[in-house]
Amino acid sequence: MNVLSDNFAMFREGFLGTVELTALSAALALVLGTLIAAFRVSPVPALRIFGTAWVTLLRNTPLVLLFLAVTLGLPALGLKGWDSFWLAVMALGCYTSAFICEAIRSGINTVPVGQAEAARSIGMTFNQTLGQIVLPQAARTAIPPIGSLMIALAKNTAIASGFNVTELGSVQKTLNAASGYDIYVIFLWIAVCYIIITFTISGLFRLLENRLAVAR
Amino acid sequence: MTSSVLYDVPGPRAKVRNRVYGVLSTVAILGLIAFIGYKLDSTGQFQAGLWDDYEYADTQQRILDGLLTTLKTFAIAAVLSVVLGTVLAAGRLSDHKPVRWAATTVVEFFRAMPLLIMIFLLYAAVFTSEPMWALVIGLTLYNGSVQAEIFRSGINAVPRGQSEAAYAIGLRKTQVMTGVLVPQAVRSMLPSIISQLVVTLKDTSLGFIILYEELLFVGKAFAQQTPPVNGVYAFIPMVIVFGSIYILLCLALSSVATWVERRTQRSRKGSPPAMPANDPTITGAPGGQTA
Repeated sequence: MNVLSDNFAMFREGFLGTVELTALSAALALVLGTLIAAFRVSPVPALRIFGTAWVTLLRNTPLVLLFLAVTLGLPALGLKGWDSFWLAVMALGCYTSAFICEAIRSGINTVPVGQAEAARSIGMTFNQTLGQIVLPQAARTAIPPIGSLMIALAKNTAIASGFNVTELGSVQKTLNAASGYDIYVIFLWIAVCYIIITFTISGLFRLLENRLAVAR
Repeated sequence: MTSSVLYDVPGPRAKVRNRVYGVLSTVAILGLIAFIGYKLDSTGQFQAGLWDDYEYADTQQRILDGLLTTLKTFAIAAVLSVVLGTVLAAGRLSDHKPVRWAATTVVEFFRAMPLLIMIFLLYAAVFTSEPMWALVIGLTLYNGSVQAEIFRSGINAVPRGQSEAAYAIGLRKTQVMTGVLVPQAVRSMLPSIISQLVVTLKDTSLGFIILYEELLFVGKAFAQQTPPVNGVYAFIPMVIVFGSIYILLCLALSSVATWVERRTQRSRKGSPPAMPANDPTITGAPGGQTA
């Protein structure tokens, strides 16, 4: 049982790596996802098509393949010198943004029509209606699905271990290779780490949900 | 149609403005695509030598083999996960507290674990020489737990009156379940069940990391073996070709879900139960949605 105490530094690095990767990819995914959702409901057809294509492509690509595409593709596009951590953030953020977009879009569908009508009747433009009336309400109703997407994101970070990023998955890999320890005990501690992370996220989102729920 | 509510039917000025925005955004998007194409071309990704291999029957055979391996893994995992999902859902709806408690623990644990971590454990601890079973069992445990939640919410969404009526005419719990609740639940949840199968299909690519010879592994091995042309390796052509295959596979499966959804809606008589089918908390989990 002394896997954890013997390798505490490695576990700490892995834990922090996973948290950092999750937080940064989540930020990227939220920003991109909201933007793409706005594209998808905009009056400009070109933007709508772009949004649809983005969501369709990313939702149907396996994340591992997307990791490969980002790791190999960005250097070819002339963006050299990114380390594997930021490439992983790109891959995870873009992938999750497609799902966030859909969550926000279904949130937009729950905003009563009257809200948008009222906004239009006092002369607000599309940008004002969306930005000040519809999106804030949509985001609040989209909190529960976004929460489960964030948990999925935290779990997906494990894939980054296949691409040389230090996080919990790579701890498992290294310790398995170094061996000497019981594989199941290693797994148990890594499982505990992930459970801490996912419980924190779901607690956080439950808090947000209670604070921000829209009374309708 | 929310989109039409968000903005008025455009008048003459708005039409002009929308057209200007349309042209600008089209130019920007096409510019981005052209830039990517130009960059890929100038780094030599489109050189004939890198693509020639895909014309050989030998190569096509290898891709086909990888595809079949992926489909086989997916088929086994899909069947097993639906079976496991049924069992776990039955457990969670049981009248016996210990059974309910055990099923809940199993479901919650496997939903909280990253799939890759589980596959890795299975690979390292049990199936070192047979990575396929590590992958299949990992996929089954994870997706089975998710399917269980889909079944359960489907059964809970059937109006209460249905089961009350069934109990009232003297059916037993098993009869109520199999004769009344499950058929309706499966029908309303079929789109979600299929969406989860798309996730299962995408996740078979995790086999790549434990060196199982599925489609993505074949792709990478292939790109590594292709001799570089003018110093350029064949990785990006590989990503383009294999990415398209995956996207087409998943789209085909998703379109089955859309088709089923439309069909069941059309044939439904009376008012449907409140369906959580579009609830992304159930369907959406990316990849475990992992991947």
